[in-house]
Amino acid sequence: MNWSVWLILGFLSTLVLTSILSGSQGLGITRMNIPYMLGTMFTPNRDRAKIIGIFFHIINGWIFSLIYIVTFEIFDIATWWLGGVLGFIHAMFVLTVGIPVLPSVHPRMSNEQQGPTVVRQLEPPGFMALHYGIRTPISVIIAHIVFGCILGGFYFFT
Amino acid sequence: MQKIQDYAIIGNGRSAALISRAGSLDWLCWPRFDSPSLFAKILDQEIGGHWKISPTSSSTIERKYIEGTNVLQTHFKTDSGKIIVTDFMPAFGEEEKKHSLQPEHEIIRRIECVEGEVEIQIDFNPRPNYARDSVVLHDAGKLGIRLESDGQLITLHSDIKLTLQKNGSAHAKTKIKTGQKCDCSLTFTSEGPAVVPPQGELVSQKLSLTIDWWKKWSNRMTYKGPYKDHVLRSALVLKLLGYAPSGTFAAALTTSLPQRIGGDLNWDYRFCWLRDAAFTVRALFGLGFKEEAEAFVSWLLHSTRLTFPALRVLYDVYGEDIDNDVELPHLKGYDGSYPVRIGNGVRSFFELDIYGEVIEAVTHLVRTGGALDHETQKLLRGWGEYVCKNWQKPDTGIWEKMHPLKHYTHSKLMCWVALDRLIEIHKRGQIQNIPLEMFVEHHHRIRKAIEERSWNSKIQSYTQILEGEELDSIVLVMPLYEFDEASSLRMQQTLQRVQEKLSPTPGLIYRYEKSTQEGEGAFGLCSFWNAEFLARGGGSLQDAHESFNQILFYGNDLGLFSEEIDPKTGDALGNFPQAFTHVGLINTALALEEREKKGNL
Repeated sequence: MNWSVWLILGFLSTLVLTSILSGSQGLGITRMNIPYMLGTMFTPNRDRAKIIGIFFHIINGWIFSLIYIVTFEIFDIATWWLGGVLGFIHAMFVLTVGIPVLPSVHPRMSNEQQGPTVVRQLEPPGFMALHYGIRTPISVIIAHIVFGCILGGFYFFT
Repeated sequence: MQKIQDYAIIGNGRSAALISRAGSLDWLCWPRFDSPSLFAKILDQEIGGHWKISPTSSSTIERKYIEGTNVLQTHFKTDSGKIIVTDFMPAFGEEEKKHSLQPEHEIIRRIECVEGEVEIQIDFNPRPNYARDSVVLHDAGKLGIRLESDGQLITLHSDIKLTLQKNGSAHAKTKIKTGQKCDCSLTFTSEGPAVVPPQGELVSQKLSLTIDWWKKWSNRMTYKGPYKDHVLRSALVLKLLGYAPSGTFAAALTTSLPQRIGGDLNWDYRFCWLRDAAFTVRALFGLGFKEEAEAFVSWLLHSTRLTFPALRVLYDVYGEDIDNDVELPHLKGYDGSYPVRIGNGVRSFFELDIYGEVIEAVTHLVRTGGALDHETQKLLRGWGEYVCKNWQKPDTGIWEKMHPLKHYTHSKLMCWVALDRLIEIHKRGQIQNIPLEMFVEHHHRIRKAIEERSWNSKIQSYTQILEGEELDSIVLVMPLYEFDEASSLRMQQTLQRVQEKLSPTPGLIYRYEKSTQEGEGAFGLCSFWNAEFLARGGGSLQDAHESFNQILFYGNDLGLFSEEIDPKTGDALGNFPQAFTHVGLINTALALEEREKKGNL
């Protein structure tokens, strides 16, 4: 296993994934902003949260990319399409398990059972993060497939 | 059939229900306000579905909320004795919820005999999905009577054994004596195994915790004036129309309660109109409920992102788009007022006034010490620029009249408010990098347009549209937004015209001249605006109090208001309870308090 390639590819693919998700937000496809959601776990300040969130999102991306790389090594195959398949599985996990449980661990995220007490919190994402826009799952799936394709495709060349 | 004013509301900040004087729960949508109904007898007496608890014999009925709470108590006095039915949705603090598993949603109805012996009946007749789905009740013994519908489980637990009927309902009849209590709990489950709610002593604990929670919330109210009871009840109603998980507010709890009996002015109000929600926030700010107001501003920034810089007229509680309205032909409607509609087609209407209302709500946050981050400043800047580009266009106006679009005075006024408040926020140092010169120029031009083109010197009044001749009581809000003094000559003349032409009876005001032709009632909010106008210097303090009391008279026995009031009968019309109207009540009471403090008689 090539550790330096993992570090570079993990970083690059995470940047692309983050850019696709941020671009989707800018284009009005979704309201989901993963760096912001991560950052608000540490601070209520919206501006600071985004910076902290980007840092943690890249760390997360590195960790997840390691799982991809290990999978490529185990199967002894690294192709863009296998990366894409892993990306799709990753996205489905994020949408159906990861994001819906966020309200349970996020100190500044509301949940569907919140109330009548109201505090200024992030809205709960709901199943498949649909509360952040009905097209949210599409952008998450595309971003993760691209993430996997980059890892699989470029790891193949190395 | 129950009148609209015969209903009371219970809820918990996530959902709410209507219960009639006769003890019948006739309106409930779970899990959210805009979900399909489980009980909708209010919209169809025969097939809508209900859950009634009452004595079998005739009784005299009195009801009230436990002071400072949304816990409803209905007292039934019969020849043989007296029972009290206590209805509530459990409402706890988030800390208390951590100590035990709670059902996703629950309504508890406690029956207590306080005198003699009374035969009671329970009639449980759920009709899910607006009475469109078939109903198969299943008696699971100690696990309650269960109804599965569309992957959701509704369960009724009761101390009294209910017998299943062939028509998909359950029924019980029993006698209870002094000191006896029976509890019924209805729960909703959509995920995981259902939580079985314990009965008996634990119901008493839930009741006690719920009363405590509401009383603590009520004690946060800063208003101490002479109308404290009315104001507090209005605040409690607004709180029930709020959706705590996201922080926004529904305009009303119901759909299709008619603005005219037998007519077709029946609309679905279970959504978040930005305008109504912004009004609500201002009222809550005024009463000291800052957390609710801040949570709404947070929702606002989040929910409007997908359409930025344009704002939609309404959203669902999570900021999603609303479906166009569709008719439910199988439901007869309230008192034959057909059709029943769900969804709302105004979502895509072009309404300019909402920019002013939303920016005004944010301004209240700033005035009370709130700070705006870069994201919020960007939104405000974008809305300001949008107003500058679009204020000269005709729109549907606050009353949402699609054909034809017109240059409504109120829409222009609110565009002026939008820019005026942005300039104020800039002066307070809370927004940077705005095109100040452009904002100031358009601010000036809008004022000029209103003063020159909305004033009709022939009838000596501001009119509904620019260069128009028809009156609209909404122009009375000009002083409320500090566009003009209520005591100015023009505003006084306008008031005189409005009272001459739009007031069917003292205190009540129609919204515009066509209201009478259209057969609708006097508009609750406009009536309160009239009183607030007087309180803000448009009349003497005595006039303002008198006008305010005249409208308060039309609230129901619990102090609840709907959208409109029939001037002939005094009956409530339109969706119920209506946030708009209660906001008007609160703002008028606050204006009266302010006037009294100034000692200006």
